[in-house]
Amino acid sequence: MKSLAELAKIREEALKRVDLRTDRKGTRIVVGMATCGISAGARPVLTALLDEAQKRGLKEVEITQTGCIGVCRLEPIVEVYSEGQEKVTYVEMTEEKARRVIAEHIVNGNVVTEYTIGAADK
Amino acid sequence: MDFYRAHVLVCGGTGCTSSGSLTIEEMFNTALKARGLEKEVKVVRTGCFGLCEAGPICIVYPEGSFYSHVKMADVERIVEEHLLKGRIVKDLLYVDHANEARDITTSISEVNFYKKQKRVALKNCGVINPEVIEEYIAFDGYQALGKVLTEMTPQDVIDVIKKSGLRGRGGGGFPTGLKWEFASKSEGDIKYVACNADEGDPGAFMDRSVLEGDPHAVIEAMAIAAYAIGAKKGYVYIRAEYPIAVKRLGIAIAQAKEMGLLGTDIFGTGFEFDLEIRLGAGAFVCGEETALIASIEGERGMPRPKPPFPAVKGIFGKPTIINNVETYAVIAQIILNGADWFTSMGTERSPGTKVFALGGKINNTGLVEIPMGTTLREVIYDIGGGIPGGKEFKAVQTGGPSGGCITKQHLDTPIDFDNLTAIGSMMGSGGMIVVDEDNCMVDFARFFLDFTVDESCGKCVPCREGTKRMLEILEKITSGKGTLEDLDTLEQLAYSIKDSALCGLGQTAPNPVLSTLRYFRDEYVAHVVDKKCPAGVCQDLLQIVIGDGCIGCTACARVCPVGAITGEVKGQHVIDQSKCIKCGACIPKCPKKVIYKQ
Ligand SMILES: Cc1cc2nc3c(=O)[nH]c(=O)nc-3n(C[C@H](O)[C@H](O)[C@H](O)COP(=O)(O)O)c2cc1C
Ligand code: SF4
Ligand code: SF4
Ligand code: FES
Repeated sequence: MKSLAELAKIREEALKRVDLRTDRKGTRIVVGMATCGISAGARPVLTALLDEAQKRGLKEVEITQTGCIGVCRLEPIVEVYSEGQEKVTYVEMTEEKARRVIAEHIVNGNVVTEYTIGAADK
Repeated sequence: MDFYRAHVLVCGGTGCTSSGSLTIEEMFNTALKARGLEKEVKVVRTGCFGLCEAGPICIVYPEGSFYSHVKMADVERIVEEHLLKGRIVKDLLYVDHANEARDITTSISEVNFYKKQKRVALKNCGVINPEVIEEYIAFDGYQALGKVLTEMTPQDVIDVIKKSGLRGRGGGGFPTGLKWEFASKSEGDIKYVACNADEGDPGAFMDRSVLEGDPHAVIEAMAIAAYAIGAKKGYVYIRAEYPIAVKRLGIAIAQAKEMGLLGTDIFGTGFEFDLEIRLGAGAFVCGEETALIASIEGERGMPRPKPPFPAVKGIFGKPTIINNVETYAVIAQIILNGADWFTSMGTERSPGTKVFALGGKINNTGLVEIPMGTTLREVIYDIGGGIPGGKEFKAVQTGGPSGGCITKQHLDTPIDFDNLTAIGSMMGSGGMIVVDEDNCMVDFARFFLDFTVDESCGKCVPCREGTKRMLEILEKITSGKGTLEDLDTLEQLAYSIKDSALCGLGQTAPNPVLSTLRYFRDEYVAHVVDKKCPAGVCQDLLQIVIGDGCIGCTACARVCPVGAITGEVKGQHVIDQSKCIKCGACIPKCPKKVIYKQ
């Protein structure tokens, strides 16, 4: 160890590994992963979200799965909770849609309206 | 670095390991792999969570779901339901004794056991993987050492520690900053820092848990101490009976060396420090600092008179500081957060927090860390979940074989060094044993004295002979042959041993007897005058009798191994007390339940 900067660098890298265990603010992405969600293809969606988040090195984002969200016919469902904002529910998700949600919503802050539950219900 | 969506923390502390947590960990890995989840869910082995009674313990993040008593068969369900489908397995969650309003607790942050605690020394225990130095660094590890070496002078460090008011957690409560200052002012080209991880108090295991769960915290603090006093070399004296702690500390030292956090030119400042582990032989007296020094030097672990104090003449005759594991465990945080942060917790004369090993008649046995000034009532009822089976609280013993008991009248005393001494006990290293109505206080005192008689190193007469005499008298009392004069002799002996023994072991050995005599004299009197043991513990004072209502079924007479029970069929049976060996075998056999102890 030669300098504080070196320590800071190791810390930065290491933080990513333990992030889940700290009380974090930021965004929470939840994928419905009950039997209905899984059979509708929620797993590839979850994998795509994780992959995209990792590629972009997103930190303040937690990706997790949850049980049945309740509208099985619209699965796979992904919900995004951001601090101080209303929850956004995306429905009938696919891998491509998931990657777009990360790019546009999570990174740039623009909700992808056409995938949301409001649009699907019309 | 992979992005995991969930972490499964499996406790790898001594308690959980002995109830099979390592197998559980393996099964998690296998079950995750079988479902292709190993890239998404990470399994982490941590140190003790403190609630060992509920082990093996697993916590799943990000929810913080707290699974207790995890059995092998449960792993599949947790993986399938929780980790794959996201449904918390409610029936496997921890049941909170201290919080009856809720029958299940979904998140670790809701468990009452943790709510009143303040984890400083145990900050990383149960949170990080102690075998991975990066995890310690992620939680601010080695920042304090960096700050000390690059921004502070040794005197600055001593001043901060002095200002924090930190007092030694090993039992004596001596101000740590002062100790460091003495050693830094002592003349000497070579100086040493040592860590006392001997932990001989029966029932105490906080130091073990810190070393198992967060070994780098101790290494970092020892380096800081070395810088403060001008030492280059340190020793951790740890008992060989702690294999997991020894192994993790060894791994941690190797990793710190590899990263250049131990060795030469640390942080490019020219500061050098190296650390060595010395295994203790397991004698209680070796935890006494002068005996510890002798043992590190390769001599027999026997105390010597003080002064000279170790700060002047320690290991190999050189100025040395010796601190307890828990004392070291808070140093880095004091440096990073400041002395004012530390004094904001606890009481005026005892700032900060203290870890206790809660044991005996209590629902939540385990490790608890509380701000000083918390009352015993809060510890026992709010954190400890009260006494099992709705039994009556009688006393709590703090300070182990050197301490004393605290009774109901002092339940609301705020716990700190001075208060505990004032009510006839002491802080000690942090063992806390709860005693209920079923315990006999004379027998309880005998237990501790038995321990000290065994552990006396034999160097000085008062301790070697005096404690043995005291034990003989206690045994006389518990066997029903004691007299009232014996109580006076016991007291006189106790005071003269306290005054004349060479080291702390002998000086404090009579404490359990003195304090039980002070608060439970009536129990002693019952033993010597009425020849009765009120709690029904002392075998020799017990009688097993058959009361009214005997139907003469002869069931008891048939099991009695010594033929002490006589009586006609269908007639009242009696026990011949001169033959009865008090084995108790007859009691459960009686269909009318009229055989009892008295
Ligand atoms: C018989 C006896 C046993 C002791 N055992 C321990 C022990 O196991 N661990 C410990 O830290 N201190 C123990 N001590 C206290 C040490 O002598 C010493 O005061 C302490 O390690 C200093 O560290 P501290 O100032 O950080 O508490 C013991 C003292 C006596 C008299
Ligand atoms: S007081 Fe007991 S343990 Fe201490 S030196 Fe004397 S004999 Fe040894
Ligand atoms: S306690 Fe044992 S020895 Fe005594 S009467 Fe009952 S069975 Fe016999
Ligand atoms: S060893 Fe697992 S909680 Fe203490």
